[in-house]
Amino acid sequence: MALFDYAPAPESRAAAGDIASTYGHFIDGEFVESTGSEALKTVDPSTEEVLAEFAQGTEADVDRAVAAARKAFTSWSALPGAERGKYLFRIARIIQERSRELAVLESIDNGKPIKETRDVDLPLVAAHFFYYAGWADKLEFAGYGANPRPVGVAAQVIPWNFPLLMLAWKIAPALATGNTVVLKPAETTPLTALRFAEICRQAGLPKGVVNIITGDGRTGAALTAHPEIDKVAFTGSTEVGRAIARTLAGTTKRLSLELGGKAANIVFDDAPVDQAVEGIVDGIFFNQGHVCCAGSRLLVQESIHDDVMDALKRRMSTLRVGDPLDKNTDVGAINSAAQLARIQELTAAGEAEGAERWSPSCELPSAGYWFAPTVFSNVSATHRIAREEIFGPVLSVLTFRTPEEAVAKANNTPYGLSAGIWTEKGSRILWMASKLRAGVVWSNTFNKFDPTSPFGGYKESGYGREGGRHGLEAYLDV
Amino acid sequence: MSEPTSALRLDVYKTYKLFVGGKFPRSESGRVYEVTDRKTGEWLANAPQGTRKDTRDAVSAARKAFGGWSGATAYNRGQILYRAAEMLQGRREQYLAEVAVSEGLTAKKAAPLVDAAIDRLVWYAGWTDKVAQVAGSANPVAGPYFNLSTPEPTGVVGVVAPQGGNGFSLLGLVSVLAPVIATGNTAVVALAPNAPLPGLSLGEVLATSDLPGGVVNLISGHTEDIAPTLASHADVNALDLSGVVAEEGPASAKDLEVAAADTLKRVLRPEPASHDWTTAPGTDRLLTFLETKTVWHPMGM
Repeated sequence: MALFDYAPAPESRAAAGDIASTYGHFIDGEFVESTGSEALKTVDPSTEEVLAEFAQGTEADVDRAVAAARKAFTSWSALPGAERGKYLFRIARIIQERSRELAVLESIDNGKPIKETRDVDLPLVAAHFFYYAGWADKLEFAGYGANPRPVGVAAQVIPWNFPLLMLAWKIAPALATGNTVVLKPAETTPLTALRFAEICRQAGLPKGVVNIITGDGRTGAALTAHPEIDKVAFTGSTEVGRAIARTLAGTTKRLSLELGGKAANIVFDDAPVDQAVEGIVDGIFFNQGHVCCAGSRLLVQESIHDDVMDALKRRMSTLRVGDPLDKNTDVGAINSAAQLARIQELTAAGEAEGAERWSPSCELPSAGYWFAPTVFSNVSATHRIAREEIFGPVLSVLTFRTPEEAVAKANNTPYGLSAGIWTEKGSRILWMASKLRAGVVWSNTFNKFDPTSPFGGYKESGYGREGGRHGLEAYLDV
Repeated sequence: MSEPTSALRLDVYKTYKLFVGGKFPRSESGRVYEVTDRKTGEWLANAPQGTRKDTRDAVSAARKAFGGWSGATAYNRGQILYRAAEMLQGRREQYLAEVAVSEGLTAKKAAPLVDAAIDRLVWYAGWTDKVAQVAGSANPVAGPYFNLSTPEPTGVVGVVAPQGGNGFSLLGLVSVLAPVIATGNTAVVALAPNAPLPGLSLGEVLATSDLPGGVVNLISGHTEDIAPTLASHADVNALDLSGVVAEEGPASAKDLEVAAADTLKRVLRPEPASHDWTTAPGTDRLLTFLETKTVWHPMGM
C-alpha cells in the first residue's frame, strides 16, 4: 500500500544550458581539438540518449596539456597567495551563481537525482573552493614549515560518481597551494568538468593553470606516466591505484590515492531504530550506492536483527526510483551499462552463494540503466558480496553479538575508508571509533562531508587526505 | 686478594642474535656471516644471517604487538622510550666500542655519535604525547556536528636501516626507528648488513626498557632477502626505505616500491647515502607513518 502518491515534479532539462554536440580538450585557456580522431560518447544513463561526443585524449594531447601547465606554473606559483585566493573566491562565486545549471547538467550526465546534485554536490563544490581560497595566503600558518612550496604540475584523475565534487576536491587545494593542474574527468561524466573550464575563463584564471583533458583509462595512463608531471592525485578503483603506484615507483613524484571501500555500518541494540534505518538507507542508497565510503556492510546486533530488517524493508519500500530530474526521486540511474553489469554479476554471486535477496516491488523505466534497491540477509563474511566493493544500491547484512565481534568483523577487510556506529552509549562510541581501522567514522550519522573535514582511507583504501588543513599536504613540497 | 689474572683469563665473547618478539633467537637457517673491523679487517663476530622466514616471523610478532602498543597511552610510550635512552646511556661504553669498530672510527669520534643516539631517543620520548595535538584538528564543519581528526599509527612498518660506513650504524638506526614506534607503530628492521653489531645490541637496550616484545624486531643479514620480504608481505602496512642503496635489483627502491604497491603500502623513499643523521630531525619522520581518523557525531538535545 502506497502512503503517498507523488505527482511528477520535473526540473527543467533546459536549465542545463547548451550542450555542444562535440567537445575537445581545454588546454592553455582554450578549447582545442584533439590531435587524434577518436571520439567517445557520453550518454544520459537514465535514457541512453547520447548527450555529446568528446575527444579521446592522445599522448600528444597529454604532452600539450602538461606543457601548458608547466609553463603556467612559473607565474602562478609566484603570484602572491592573496591573489591566487581571489581567483578561487571568484570561481566559488561563479559556481554558486551557476549552481542550478551545473546541478541539472550533472544529473543528466551522471544519472544521480537532482535532489542530491542540488542539495549536496553543488553546495559542497562551492564550499570547497571557498575553503581553500582562504588558505592560499595563509600557508605559512598551516604547520608545513615557514615557507611551504608547491609541488609543481599535478596530474589529477577523477571518477564518475561525484564528477564536479571530485574536481573541486582536486583542483581547489592544488591551486591554493600554487600548483597547476591537468585533470582528466571520467569517460562517462565529462560534461561538468568541461563546463567548469568555461567558469575558469569567466573567472579570468591565467591560461594553463587548469587544463582539462578527456578520454578513458588510456588517457589517464598516459597522463599519470608523463615524465614532466610532479604529482599524481587519483580517486577511483583500488586496482588502478595500484597500477599508478607501480608507475611512480622509483621516481621522486608524489602520489595521493583515494580508492575503494567496503564500510561497515554497525547498529547496536540500544540504537534508536528509526534513526539508524535512515542512516542505513542514506549510507547505501545515497547516489545509487556509487560511493566509495558507502555503508555497504550492515552489521546488526543479533538481538535486534529482525526488528531492523522489518523497519529497513518498510523504509526501502518508500524509496522512489526513477527520473533523475524529478525532484521527488530518491534513487536515480546506474551510471553506465558496465557498472550495471558489475552490480548484476555480484548480486547474482550473492544469491548463488546462498544469501537471501530482497528488493521492494519497484517499477523500473524500460530505457536506461537501472537497479532496484536491494538488501541481502544471511550474508557470511566469506561471501563475495561481503568482501568486494559492489558500488551499487546493494546492502549486505551480517550480525554480531559483542562489540569485540563487531570490531573484528568491521576490520576484516583490506579496505579502511569509512565506518558507521549507531548506539546511544557515548563511551561505546568512543571505544568503537578508536578500534575501527577506517579514515572516517560516522557515529549516529552517515555520509556527511565538509571541506574542513579531512577525508581518506587506511590500508588499501589509499593514502593522503582531502579536505581540511590536512588536505594541503598532498600539494605542498613537504 | 689475588693478583690480576689478565694474562690467564679469556674474555667472554657475545653471541650476536636476532631480536624478534622480545626474544633473542638465532636465525632459523642456522647461518651466520662474518663481521669484521672496518679498519683492520679483523674478525669481530658471527652475525646471524636472517632469512625470509625470520623476516616473516618478525612481521607476525610485530602484528601481534601492534594492538597493545598502539593502544598504550602516549605517556606510557614516552616513559618507555625515555627508559631506552637511560639504558643506552648506561651502556654507552659498549656502544662506543661497537660503533668505533663497525665504522672504523676512533673512540673519540664515535662518542658524539652514540651521545646523539641517546639524545634522539629523549627527543622522541617527549613527542609521544604531543604529536596528536600537532597533527590533529577540530574541524569547524558547516552543520551541527562534533568533528575531530586525530592521528593514529599506520601499523606494522618495515624499515631498511641506514648503512654503515658513514658513522651512522647506531645513530641512523635510532633516528629512523624511534619516530616509527613513538607514534604507536611496530617495526621490523633490516639492519645495515655491513655494520649490524650496534643494531643487534640495541635489542638489549630495548629488552630492558619495558618495551613490549614484538614492538621492535631487528634482523641482520642480506638486505636482498629481508627487504623484499617486507615489501611484499600483506601484513606490513608501510615501508621506510631510508637505508636503501641498491640502484637495481630486488632490494632497489624501485623494485621494493613496485612490490609495496600490491597492498598499497605507504612508502618513505631512501635518504641519500650521504645524509647527515646528526642534523636535527624535525617532525617529518614522526608524521610520516600516521593515518588521520576523522570522527563525526551530531550535536543536539
